[in-house]
Amino acid sequence: MSVPDGVQESRAAWRLGIITPRRKKIFFGLLVAAGLVLPHLVYPVFLMNVLCMALFASAFNLLLGYTGLLSFGHAAFLGTAGYVTGYLLKAWGLPVELGVLAGTAVATLLGWAIGALAIRRSGIYFAMITLGFAQMIYFLAVQLPFTGGEDGLQGIPQGKALGFIPLHDPYALYYFVFAVFALGFGVIYRTIHSPFGHVLRSIRENEPRALSLGYDVARYKLVAFVISAGLAGLAGSTKALVLQFVTLTDVHWHKSGEVVLMTLLGGMGTVMGPSVGALLVVAMENYLTGFGDWVTVIIGSVFVAGVLAFRRGIVGEALHLVRNFPF
Amino acid sequence: MTDPTAPGDGLILETRHLTKDFRGFVAVSDVSLRVRRGTIHALIGPNGAGKTTVFNLLTKFLPPSSGAILYRGEDITRDRPAEVARKGMVRSFQVSAVFPNLTVLENVRVALQRSLGTSFHFWKSDHSLKVLHGRALELLEAVDLAGLRDTVAVELPYGRKRALEIATTLALDPEMLLLDEPTQGMGHEDVGRVVELIRRVAADRTVLMVEHNLSVVADLCHTITVLQRGSILAEGPYAEVSRNPQVLEAYIGAAE
Ligand SMILES: Nc1ncnc2c1ncn2[C@@H]1O[C@H](COP(=O)(O)OP(=O)(O)O)[C@@H](O)[C@H]1O
Ligand SMILES: [Mg+2]
Repeated sequence: MSVPDGVQESRAAWRLGIITPRRKKIFFGLLVAAGLVLPHLVYPVFLMNVLCMALFASAFNLLLGYTGLLSFGHAAFLGTAGYVTGYLLKAWGLPVELGVLAGTAVATLLGWAIGALAIRRSGIYFAMITLGFAQMIYFLAVQLPFTGGEDGLQGIPQGKALGFIPLHDPYALYYFVFAVFALGFGVIYRTIHSPFGHVLRSIRENEPRALSLGYDVARYKLVAFVISAGLAGLAGSTKALVLQFVTLTDVHWHKSGEVVLMTLLGGMGTVMGPSVGALLVVAMENYLTGFGDWVTVIIGSVFVAGVLAFRRGIVGEALHLVRNFPF
Repeated sequence: MTDPTAPGDGLILETRHLTKDFRGFVAVSDVSLRVRRGTIHALIGPNGAGKTTVFNLLTKFLPPSSGAILYRGEDITRDRPAEVARKGMVRSFQVSAVFPNLTVLENVRVALQRSLGTSFHFWKSDHSLKVLHGRALELLEAVDLAGLRDTVAVELPYGRKRALEIATTLALDPEMLLLDEPTQGMGHEDVGRVVELIRRVAADRTVLMVEHNLSVVADLCHTITVLQRGSILAEGPYAEVSRNPQVLEAYIGAAE
């Protein structure tokens, strides 16, 4: 890709020894410490929302940033998993963990079905196919009785984690969500830095070349798509648990667009970029609610300004700065 | 040695009446090519003659409109591109094809990685790829790139990129190499290096190459096939083909 993005910068940072295994450990250690302390300083529901969207965006980035696939239908996985989890917890009274797992599993299967068809095309056609399927899911969400239609699925019970930790306690719920995020983020991190991740990167860099080296590009893309969809689902299931409701906005194409925005704003192809983008967007949505409909205009303007000023995304630009800083 | 009286014996690659039609425009027309095992075979012809299209057909990047392709006696006309590569026929591209944001070492390692059989293992750490570094450096050594192992490929000069591309192709240890204009855009020195490299690697392999530089062809290749407007115009050893009046006319015609 000719567009400068976070990929070059994070690779350069590695190469130049700005990111070292030791510094990385310290950085993630500090993040975990912050994650454990923060709910005592900041409103936990806000933090949980950020974590869910950060996981969603990180899952999306596995495709956009590391495989070079722009999905424009990722809300389908977020929302479907949310509905499934919500319904199972509410109507069947399933244990929380099972409910979340089931939602994730359904999103994974859906990812497999949609992915298998979408990866037959690339570029804008791939994006349009994913969008088309997401619109069908939206239609189903409107039509099917169990989703609650326009009203959404309300009053999802939070239950008890491991059978005895009551999740209606905001702190307990927060640590549960934090653990889910850490797990999901860990899977993404490992995938990026695995033999499989290296093949994905080569596909992103030069697809015909990867093919000519004997890699069945389509199968790698499909596996990446399925992992991404499954983790987007995990984010959706967790979000349903946090907010105790799922509505049509979770399957709406606005959500699919929002995740693109978060990822580009934070820095696609960087490990932390999507999370930073999610933090920014959720914070704006949260603290600017007083502006009513203007929120979308403000977020839109921030996005335009952000992308114009930081073409590599915030994290990409930060890495770029550090790299060119005369030590 | 192969018995010259037995037709088909000693052939590694054969096409039968290969034709490619792009919506009415016939880019490759009734090409029956025979490449003998262990030879360096050149495919030459003016721009637009269909050479790259032949490569795309052979490696299944394009489906043929009609005709058949046999590799080691096996019909591969319906194979997928990755399958052809895994059977040992690996191509390079006319426009340099490296992985731009990977380092020189990583470029070669991606090709080596498939042999580990862990390429779908998304749960495994990439430290497991370090066992490949020794072999990767050997391959880079052969093209004088070992010293640049940590350079990002996009930063290499053009000629060095092509050398990296050849090293990456060789990482698969292919039985047959298809090189599309390997010396194109290279400086004199790089051309010499690549010619020597091709000669060296061809010692135990078959090479089919598209090449415009006729002195390279004369120097390296055992057999030459001349393509013009999608059809085979002449075939044979350099000395013979270069005297063919039709070939001379085609080349002079193309030059004007
Ligand atoms: N995908 C394609 N669609 C339509 N026409 C093509 C395509 N690929 C090649 N051609 C045409 O086929 C002819 C042969 O092209 P090519 O094989 O690239 O020639 P060469 O490599 O010998 O210079 C050219 O006229 C080119 O425009
Ligand atoms: Mg060509």
